[in-house]
Amino acid sequence: MGQHESNTKLIWKVFGFLSLVTIIEVILGIIKPHSLHYTNVLGTSILNWIFIILTIVKAAGIMWYFMHLNHERKNFVNSIIIPLIILIPYLVTLLLIEGTYVHNALAPFINWKY
Amino acid sequence: MSTTTADQNTNIWEGGATKPLGASYGKMMMWFFILSDALTFAGFLAAYGFTRYKFIDIWPIADEVFTHFPFLHSPEGFPMYYVALMTFILIFSSVTMVLAVDAGHQMKKNKVILYMFLTIIGGFVFVGSQAWEWKNFINGEFGAVQLQDGKIIQFVNKEGKQIALEDFATPDNAQIEHTRENGLWFEKGETTYAYTTTGIIEAFKHNPNVGIRLEKINPETKQKIVVLNKAEALKLLEKSTRVVRGANLEVNEYGSSQFADFFFFITGFHGFHVCSGIVLNIIIFINVLLGTYERRGHYEMVEKVGLYWHFVDLVWVFVFTFFYLV
Repeated sequence: MGQHESNTKLIWKVFGFLSLVTIIEVILGIIKPHSLHYTNVLGTSILNWIFIILTIVKAAGIMWYFMHLNHERKNFVNSIIIPLIILIPYLVTLLLIEGTYVHNALAPFINWKY
Repeated sequence: MSTTTADQNTNIWEGGATKPLGASYGKMMMWFFILSDALTFAGFLAAYGFTRYKFIDIWPIADEVFTHFPFLHSPEGFPMYYVALMTFILIFSSVTMVLAVDAGHQMKKNKVILYMFLTIIGGFVFVGSQAWEWKNFINGEFGAVQLQDGKIIQFVNKEGKQIALEDFATPDNAQIEHTRENGLWFEKGETTYAYTTTGIIEAFKHNPNVGIRLEKINPETKQKIVVLNKAEALKLLEKSTRVVRGANLEVNEYGSSQFADFFFFITGFHGFHVCSGIVLNIIIFINVLLGTYERRGHYEMVEKVGLYWHFVDLVWVFVFTFFYLV
């Protein structure tokens, strides 16, 4: 191990960045801008896509700086990241398409008029 | 040749002599555990996504469910604020953890002790906040009735704002809940509520300012459909079979029972991870106090539990997005 230089400054910078992203998410979540909320792109609103992208940015920040992936060897980083970015979007895409299908098949049979 | 074998044997817990991935055995295995755990959580959240799309037109709106904030009261509620606070608590405890790891690299024992201690405190505060959130969710706020076919009907005033049962109905249930105090032999009874469906329907008939709200979402406004027409509302209400207050695994006043099931399961599983993270942190904290890593010459164990702790934060970032924002 030996002596390492201190990364304290970088840590606080990353904390500032993660807080900023969270604050942006919360503000958007509270005001829900009309032009973003009432839209539909690829199955959900643009607002939701913004939330998802910001979340992935936050997750990458945590993994890269807090979990020190930036200090690991490239093949080790790939062995962790590649399974995640292949398997998770694959599973999610299939399940959400299937969920939409099940909804379209079942919803017409639910009675709302009494 | 024999020296090579001996060398490999002494290095076996460090990943062997060659270290193809450049990481120690323990750290590598922690990472692969995290990888598998991340896939587990991804599976849960994907299942949540499936169910939400399946019931996309009746799913509860998170902003109307999680509206509490400690010591503050308002009819509008405070959606987002509390969960944002919880997110900050967890991110902050992640920061103190990474500061502990950083101090460990420089062999500053006292700083490691301080930051590990703050991390453990942050973990306890987070679990406590989670418990408070659960308490509010379980107790409920407004109350609702459930129809024969399982639909949940909520009550609103003339403006379409949700109101509680006590705002218009009178408690008229004579039945007392079976508890340890009032029974000769304690057997767990069904939860009883102060209100009955017949009492609620009567009150609804006589109060002109009360309307109902369906679970169904109007796709244009993305709000729940409000029915202020008395005759139309009564047709639905006459099918009601029971009063619902709060949430449990079987039924909840906010709508689809699957919503509460997923909420309890996923946030519960995450809370369980936080708890085990606290336990691991305490074990390592004690070892730091005893000087174990000072003698070992490096603080890599702090780094390993740090990885786990950051992972818990990482999962929360996704839970926060998919339960509260999206």
